[in-house]
Amino acid sequence: MHELSLTQSIVDIAIEHAERESASRILSITLEIGAFSGVIPEAVEFAFDVCSKDTLAEGARLDIKRVPGLGRCMECHQQVELEYLTYTCPLCESLALETLQGKEMKIIELEID
Amino acid sequence: MCIDCGCAEPFHKHDHEDNHSPRKIQVGEDLLAKNNRLAAANRARFAAEQLFVLNLVSSPGSGKTSILERTLTDLKSRLAFAVLEGDQQTDNDANRIAATGVPVKQINTGAGCHLDAHMVGHGVDLFDLGATDVLMIENVGNLVCPASFDLGEAHKVAVLSVTEGEDKPLKYPLMFQAADLMLINKIDLLPYLRFDLAQCKAFARQVNPAIKIIELSCYSGEGMEQWYDWLQQGVNQKRET
Repeated sequence: MHELSLTQSIVDIAIEHAERESASRILSITLEIGAFSGVIPEAVEFAFDVCSKDTLAEGARLDIKRVPGLGRCMECHQQVELEYLTYTCPLCESLALETLQGKEMKIIELEID
Repeated sequence: MCIDCGCAEPFHKHDHEDNHSPRKIQVGEDLLAKNNRLAAANRARFAAEQLFVLNLVSSPGSGKTSILERTLTDLKSRLAFAVLEGDQQTDNDANRIAATGVPVKQINTGAGCHLDAHMVGHGVDLFDLGATDVLMIENVGNLVCPASFDLGEAHKVAVLSVTEGEDKPLKYPLMFQAADLMLINKIDLLPYLRFDLAQCKAFARQVNPAIKIIELSCYSGEGMEQWYDWLQQGVNQKRET
């Protein structure tokens, strides 16, 4: 459910940047959403129509780049792709896995007119 | 200098048609940036008042309010508390806290599934923060959303009760990773359940090796002293800084 408030943030941030550029409308918003961010991209898309209604962002296309989870083990020094958040290295089973990526939730760029 | 755009070129043409054609701009802003800014402001305000602030998070029914009731009753003679209560609806929890005599404010989030830094910033306005040692923020009962929202607290404290199943830390890793302390509550019920305490702690350390764990029952009182010691240490550290 917190996608609703996060999507409101997406719209607020996008409008702030677009207004600074005197844009008349926002054509697209590029987002990065990590696998461990706690954000479901589909829920953001669903909430976006409601949050952007009657704003510069209404009708904008959402380009959501999903960032897969990536970890590095501080014991065996291997990098591994992660399907879920954990500190246990799937290769050597040490409790020493550092999360390198997957927690992102960011607006990367806007296309404005 | 060009008076249209402020650049160093003495004169060049500004084509307004071009200026307003579709173009890309870089943003690079975190979605939580606004909440994080407000949380940092809360944190600075709490530090100035030497206030020890905890954000209690858990699923609904783990016993957050019951732990608070007992804690406030036992410690209010030596520590000055204030409590922010977050729920979607009702004043039920605030009424329970008010019965202990501790100042409390209820925040109803309505459709919202978590407290955010903005709500907390305004929520504490009623309290005399300078005369308060500990602010307890009881978040909305939800193991998902409150994990992502910093409120300006010193620590998130995750409460897990033994009736919930030992694998909750694996199922909701963000929350148990964000917490510095886990309280395993209702341990008086262990004889009647098939809850594997050692496994639960191992699961919690799998997602957060540094997490501190205290087992307690706010009903029988077992383990509460350990929690009080941890709390008192946090208050002492705040006073020293």
